[in-house]
Amino acid sequence: MDSQAIAFLAAGFGAAGVTFAAAFGISKLASAAMQGISRQPEAAGDIRGTVIITAAMIEGVALLSAAICFLLSLK
Amino acid sequence: MTEKVAEQVIEHSADSLQAAQHIAHSAEHAANAADHAGGAGADFIMHHILAQPVIELPTVFGIDLTITNHILMMWIVSALLILAFGLSFRRKSMIPKGLANALEATVVYLRDDIILPNMGTEGMKYAPYLLTAFFFVLLCNLLGLVPGAATATGNIGVTATLAMLTLIVEQIAGIKKHGVWGNMKHLIPGGLPVFLIPIMIPVELVSMMAKHIALAIRLFANMIAGHITILAIMSLIFIFKSWIIAPAPLLIIVFCALLEILIAFIQAYVFTILSAVFIGASLSEEH
Repeated sequence: MDSQAIAFLAAGFGAAGVTFAAAFGISKLASAAMQGISRQPEAAGDIRGTVIITAAMIEGVALLSAAICFLLSLK
Repeated sequence: MTEKVAEQVIEHSADSLQAAQHIAHSAEHAANAADHAGGAGADFIMHHILAQPVIELPTVFGIDLTITNHILMMWIVSALLILAFGLSFRRKSMIPKGLANALEATVVYLRDDIILPNMGTEGMKYAPYLLTAFFFVLLCNLLGLVPGAATATGNIGVTATLAMLTLIVEQIAGIKKHGVWGNMKHLIPGGLPVFLIPIMIPVELVSMMAKHIALAIRLFANMIAGHITILAIMSLIFIFKSWIIAPAPLLIIVFCALLEILIAFIQAYVFTILSAVFIGASLSEEH
C-alpha cells in the first residue's frame, strides 16, 4: 500500500471516529438538558443558552479533527 | 538465410519493444488520469474554498496586496452594515419601524442576554465591539450562502484576526480595570499554594492562547465544513456522469444549505457570547 492509500484510509477512519465522539458527547449533553428542563421548566431559557454554547464548543473540537482528516485526504 | 532470420528477429524485438513502450505509456496515462481525477476533484473543491484573486496588486514589504474575493466580500458586508444601520436609524424615534425595529430588537436581545449577564453594567463600554463582531460575523456567514459569493469567515486569516481582536479587547479591559500588574495577577487563581505558581503561569498562558485559537478555528471550521459537504455531494452528479440520479444529491444539498443557515446564526451567537465571557472574566473582581 502506498502512502496515499493509507492517508485516504486514515482520513475515513478519522472522520468516522470524530463523528461518533461528537454525537456521543452532544447526546449526553442533550439528555442532561432534557432532564433539567423537565425538573424545572422556569430554567428552560438558561438551559437552552448553555446547551447551544456547549454543543457549539464540542462541535468546534470535532470539526478541528475533521479539518485534519480533510488535509489527509488531499495528500 | 541467417541474415533474414536475424532481420526478422530484430524486427520482432523492435515490435515487442514498441509494444512494451505502448504498455508503459498507457499505464502512465492511467496513473496520471487517476491522479488527475483525484487531483481534479480536490481542485474543484479547493477552488471554491480558497481565496481567489480579483485584482492583482504587487507585493509591498512582503505583504501581498492583491484583492481577493474574500476581501471584496468583507467590503460588501461592511458597506451593507453601514447602510443598514445608518439609513434605518436616521429618524430617531422612540418606537422604530421596519428594519430599525428588527435591528433594535436584535441589539436589545444581545445586550440583555449576552452583555449584561456576563459583563455587568460596566461591560456596556465594550458592547460596541461585541455588537459589531456579531453583525459582521453573521452577515459574512449568511452572504457566503449566496451563489457566486464567497464566505469571508471561511478564511482562517479573517477568523484569526477576529479572535486576536477579542484578545486585544480583553487585555485592554483588564489593564484599564486592574492596571498592568493586576491584569497579570489574574493568571494566578485565588487561594493557590505558593510553590504551584511557577507551574500555573505557563498553564494559564497556554490556556489563554488555546481559548482564542479555538475561537478562531471553531468559526472557520464550521463555515468551511458546510461548504465542503455541499461541494462534495454536488460532485457525485459528475462522478456518476448521469443526470438521472441528480434528485438525490440535490435533496441532500437543500437540507445541508438549510442547516448551514442555522449554523451561521449559531456560530455568530457563540462567537459573541464566548467573547463576552472572556472579557467578563478579565473584568471580574476575583483575587
